[in-house]
Amino acid sequence: MSTNKQTKLSSNKKAISKTWIVIFKIVLIIAIYVIISSLVRFDILNRQYKALLVPIGVNIILAVSLNVVTGFLGELSLGHAGFMSIGAFTGALFTLNMDMPGTLEFIIAILLGGTIAAIFGFFIGVPALRLRGDYLAIVTLAFGEIIKAIIKFLNLPSGKDAAGNVKMVKGTMGLSGIETYADYTWVYVALVIVIVICANLIKSRHGRIITSIRDNYLAAESIGIHVSRYKILAFVIAAFFAGVAGVISGHNVPIIKPNDYDYNKSIDILVFVVLGGMGSIKGSIIAATVLTVLPEILRPIKDYRMLMYAILLIAMMLFNNSKFRAGLNENKSLAKLTGLLKFGR
Amino acid sequence: MKLVVNVIEQLINGLGAGSIYALIALGYSMVYGIAKMINFAHGDIIMVGAYALYVFVVLLNLPVVAAVILTIGLCAILGITVERIAYKPLRKAPPLAVLITAIGVSFFLQNAALLIFKSNPIPFKSIVNVNTIKIGSISIRGITAVILVVTFVSMILLTLFINKTKAGRAMRAVSEDKGAAQLMGINVNRTISMTFAIGSALAAIAGILFISQYQSLNPFMGGLPGIKAFVAAVLGGIGSVPGAMLGGVLLGIIESISKAYISSELSDAIVFGVLILVLLLKPSGLLGKNRIEKV
Repeated sequence: MSTNKQTKLSSNKKAISKTWIVIFKIVLIIAIYVIISSLVRFDILNRQYKALLVPIGVNIILAVSLNVVTGFLGELSLGHAGFMSIGAFTGALFTLNMDMPGTLEFIIAILLGGTIAAIFGFFIGVPALRLRGDYLAIVTLAFGEIIKAIIKFLNLPSGKDAAGNVKMVKGTMGLSGIETYADYTWVYVALVIVIVICANLIKSRHGRIITSIRDNYLAAESIGIHVSRYKILAFVIAAFFAGVAGVISGHNVPIIKPNDYDYNKSIDILVFVVLGGMGSIKGSIIAATVLTVLPEILRPIKDYRMLMYAILLIAMMLFNNSKFRAGLNENKSLAKLTGLLKFGR
Repeated sequence: MKLVVNVIEQLINGLGAGSIYALIALGYSMVYGIAKMINFAHGDIIMVGAYALYVFVVLLNLPVVAAVILTIGLCAILGITVERIAYKPLRKAPPLAVLITAIGVSFFLQNAALLIFKSNPIPFKSIVNVNTIKIGSISIRGITAVILVVTFVSMILLTLFINKTKAGRAMRAVSEDKGAAQLMGINVNRTISMTFAIGSALAAIAGILFISQYQSLNPFMGGLPGIKAFVAAVLGGIGSVPGAMLGGVLLGIIESISKAYISSELSDAIVFGVLILVLLLKPSGLLGKNRIEKV
């Protein structure tokens, strides 16, 4: 009897502490927003840093979404910027050619951009059924290049000119005159939604299935998991959010070009994920924020940024697979110290 | 008749471009066969080779032959160094870690070149001066002819090396089964280093030919040919030497035909489309062996 009561009590306690954690998180989310908006309102941030708010948010969304594929599914995607590009161009084409009230137009653009990117994510997920590892990475890379080539090739309708005729623009020139809807509030809302969805997805049954595919896909398959279905799911989700990030980033600058979303951009995002720790959403958020702000603070050595990224990538991989690191892992207390550098497996 | 001549000329151009891809693809394929990794930095060795040639010929005023030999040697040493520093500690690491490291190396080489030589393209006059050859009404650019000859000779030498020498046999043995090769007394580390050296030397040759054809240097010039050469390696069947040659030539012809008759902007999309199709329909490539995955 008494033990039964105890377990009931402790489970009650657990439930209560869980609610508190949720409340704490909500308060934290609101508090961060209040801090950011007051920083902006009272002009504490100078223009240079204000202009960074949207890119930070966009990069966080990108990093968290890529983490779903790279960190949790364990497949390297080198075409994440391709999805972003699809989102950016779809969204921009929509807002340029529609005459709707701003807010509504932007919401629809975001959803549309995300959806179209997700459809492409599905198509890239299909080859992913047969391929893994190196080959899949190359296919995603090829995919990003194909997207770039196709957008460059297309003639895009970019709004109406003074006479009311639709202007056609060659894709290579990019789209210009995009209304800059995106501000920190939009990004923040989108970012919170993305993080909440991704974090909960990972904790859910589906998320556990996805990580089980990463850890051993043969074992996962042998207990009856539809590996292919979940691979596609991960790609579609990541593509959707990358599309959303694309729409937002596209509406932050007045002009977008296909070359803005190239292989280098994909690597940028990958660096966020790897540095933050593959399989750690918190890590992605921190890494994306730090690596977006850092180049601004370190203006004088801006030229060296990419070189530092490259060295960081190599050093991180060597460190994670070194004997020294293995020794740290055995010593649990030290393992906590390197939490930020977590490799995810 | 005019159309036929035109098509033949395009085919020859494609053969020229394809030969360069084939030379690069060989490096990918050999390294993949022996170290089971995609050496992403391989494309950037081409860039290093081109810049090295520029430094030797223009800045240091060395004779062309010496410059070419020095360039090839430098790239071979670079290949070995990269393998020692970045890839060797990761032999037993998960493939994802190795791939990310390779991307890191590629990024490192590009940005190091960017810092040293700046992003402005540097014009560099071809070191090869051969007049256009005319056969009937078909004209072949001198450089294309040189590319074809150099590639042909390199490939014959490589094939002889792999099949006839002791070191070549060791390479084949290691790519077949690393553990067994080690038991037979083969120095695996040295064989892997040698593979990287040969692959990088071939990439240097490709870089020299590439720069002689396009006559302009920039830090990112290695990226796209590198990726396309990888497509070629996959098309031919990765790990297979004749496959890399065939894949390179085929890819060059596909690219040149689609540039000429479809659209020059879409040619990249078509090349990568070919890659995706091949991987979907025949992942082991045209001449590759099927690999069965075991638990």
